[in-house]
Amino acid sequence: MLNIKNLHANIEEKQILKGINLEVKPGEVHAIMGPNGSGKSTLSSVIAGREDYDVSEGSIDFLGENVLDLSPEERAQLGIFLSFQYPIEIPGVSVSNFLKTSINEIRKARGQEPMSAADLLKKMREKLKVLEMDKSFLSRSLNEGFSGGEKKRNEIFQMAMLEPKLAILDETDSGLDIDALRIVANGVNKFRSEDNAVVVITHYQRLLDYIVPDVVHVLMNGKIVKSGDKSLALELEDKGYDWIKQEVASI
Amino acid sequence: MEELKDKLESSYIVFENELNGESDTPVHKMRRDALENFEQLGFPTKRNEEWKYTNLKPILKADYKLFPKQEDDIEFKDVKKYFLNEIDSYKVVFINGVYSSWLSETTHQGYDICTFGNALRKYPDAIDGYFNKIAKQDGQAMVSLNTAFASEGAFIRVPKNKVVDKPIQIIFFNTTNDREIMVQPRNLIILEQGAKAEIIERHQSLNDVPVLTNAVTEVSVGANAELHYYKLQNDRHTSSLVDNTWIDQHRDSVAKFSTFSFGGRITRNNLHFGLKEENCLTYMNGVTIIGENQHVDHHTLADHLVPHCESHELYKGIYDSNATGVFNGKIVVHKDAQKTNAFQQNDSVLLSDRATVDAKPQLEIYADDVACSHGCTVGQLDEEALFYMRSRGIAEKEARALLMYAFASDALGEVDILELRKKVNMLIAKKLGVNLDFEL
Repeated sequence: MLNIKNLHANIEEKQILKGINLEVKPGEVHAIMGPNGSGKSTLSSVIAGREDYDVSEGSIDFLGENVLDLSPEERAQLGIFLSFQYPIEIPGVSVSNFLKTSINEIRKARGQEPMSAADLLKKMREKLKVLEMDKSFLSRSLNEGFSGGEKKRNEIFQMAMLEPKLAILDETDSGLDIDALRIVANGVNKFRSEDNAVVVITHYQRLLDYIVPDVVHVLMNGKIVKSGDKSLALELEDKGYDWIKQEVASI
Repeated sequence: MEELKDKLESSYIVFENELNGESDTPVHKMRRDALENFEQLGFPTKRNEEWKYTNLKPILKADYKLFPKQEDDIEFKDVKKYFLNEIDSYKVVFINGVYSSWLSETTHQGYDICTFGNALRKYPDAIDGYFNKIAKQDGQAMVSLNTAFASEGAFIRVPKNKVVDKPIQIIFFNTTNDREIMVQPRNLIILEQGAKAEIIERHQSLNDVPVLTNAVTEVSVGANAELHYYKLQNDRHTSSLVDNTWIDQHRDSVAKFSTFSFGGRITRNNLHFGLKEENCLTYMNGVTIIGENQHVDHHTLADHLVPHCESHELYKGIYDSNATGVFNGKIVVHKDAQKTNAFQQNDSVLLSDRATVDAKPQLEIYADDVACSHGCTVGQLDEEALFYMRSRGIAEKEARALLMYAFASDALGEVDILELRKKVNMLIAKKLGVNLDFEL
């Protein structure tokens, strides 16, 4: 589904990603862990198409298409979703209007008719329930005045509505208390299927108790330096990153 | 400029001759004084501080026809789209300044919704009591010019405790095939104690021959009365408008004015509120979205003369291409006007390096126990927000439009007439070049 090869990316001459290789297949959950400044958020931004980054080398294929040539909206229309680490507040656009526009723009790009208001509302209610959100959410301005937890829940709510093929969750767990974490994880697990994939970017192993990864990668200094199964996450939680640094240095 | 001034002055004689005996009335005395005042002041130039950022010169050069002929070959189907036609409403419609009875729906049942010309003939009490009493001519050349020729426009009088049962649309169509025309509508709107009304005003050219409109609207909002007034400005790029609206508010009254400026070449909105008695509530909202070769100037005044009044002013503007905008918002709190609450905010987004906006808040506060604030911002669209929207599959153009709508939305104010709200949203979408339905 997602195939990243030798990806190098810079921002303002500064090299952040220095040769990432990553393959994600349908039905899989990948976790990407790593210390601050290792390039985790850059990787998610580059996949989603943020234009501040300059890709100097390498490729990103998604469902057989080279997405580096595509705009952020075209990537989203293909089925890539990024849950933002810091969702943007947009006063004046209600959650429901935003989602309606988003869903119908994606449908338009795929040559489908707009979704009827009734179907839309029904689907919104369903997904709100999963995320234990009140329906008054729909009429609030997007992320404006939302608590940290509400913002993250709203991201997962959008994911559930848009039903992407690939969801990248950028530190969706940061700032969440244990109840909110459980709810958000439940939302992600309900979304999972044989046909879609999830990439979880996180500092902490905690989230991975709930969203169990098939593969765990360690990103350090712009490269994936180690991959393993879910036990790797536990080991990182236990021992920190220094032992990997030493391991990498010794090679 | 001088030529047009001369022409106006000499055509005044023709105008007078056609008044047939009316020339001895007190109204006509006021007209003559007004003409004199205009003669002295002349058209405002950029040397005048109040007109520093709006240059009328380019539009005063045309050889305007001053008394255009009535056009009677316009049918409702030709102009239907300029009306809110999905709802029932009263309509006072003019073509080239002349009342069009077949496009209008007036009434005298319960209240008077008719023409200024009719009021001149039939309602001397209203004319004596209000005409030329609310709008001030001191230093106001354009008001004087209009007053000198004041003869036609809309007249609305809602008696005590009457509520007008449906919105009133006042529409001035202009159409001419040969020469540029100048029209000077004069409106008089009186809401007596406890009365209530909703009014929509529009000036619309039907072809691309330039039109200059110099309108004066005098409004009296009586004690405990409530008026919602919407100015929908989406005229052709060949037409210009100088709008002079003066409102007197009396005790416990509410006046909400929303100005939507999307069209026209040069639009100057003078909106003057006199808060004459205690406990008045005033809302001024404005949304301006303009582009190439367009200029919109909002000149507002909240004149707090007495204690315990409240004024809220919110103007938002989006300027593309080489568009120019002006916001000059004046709040005066007189010495006795203690416990005044006066708020003003003006925010602009410039979409192009060539677009400019001149923003000038003016607060003159002579009372010491008041709450007044003003704020002013000029910026660009938030690129982060744009990326956020695009990452949800919304194409860049639509994402920009949605952000602009969001930026402007709180200044739309409470448009209680649903059909009007839809129309305004549709006009905004059109202006922003997208096919989006902004509300769910």
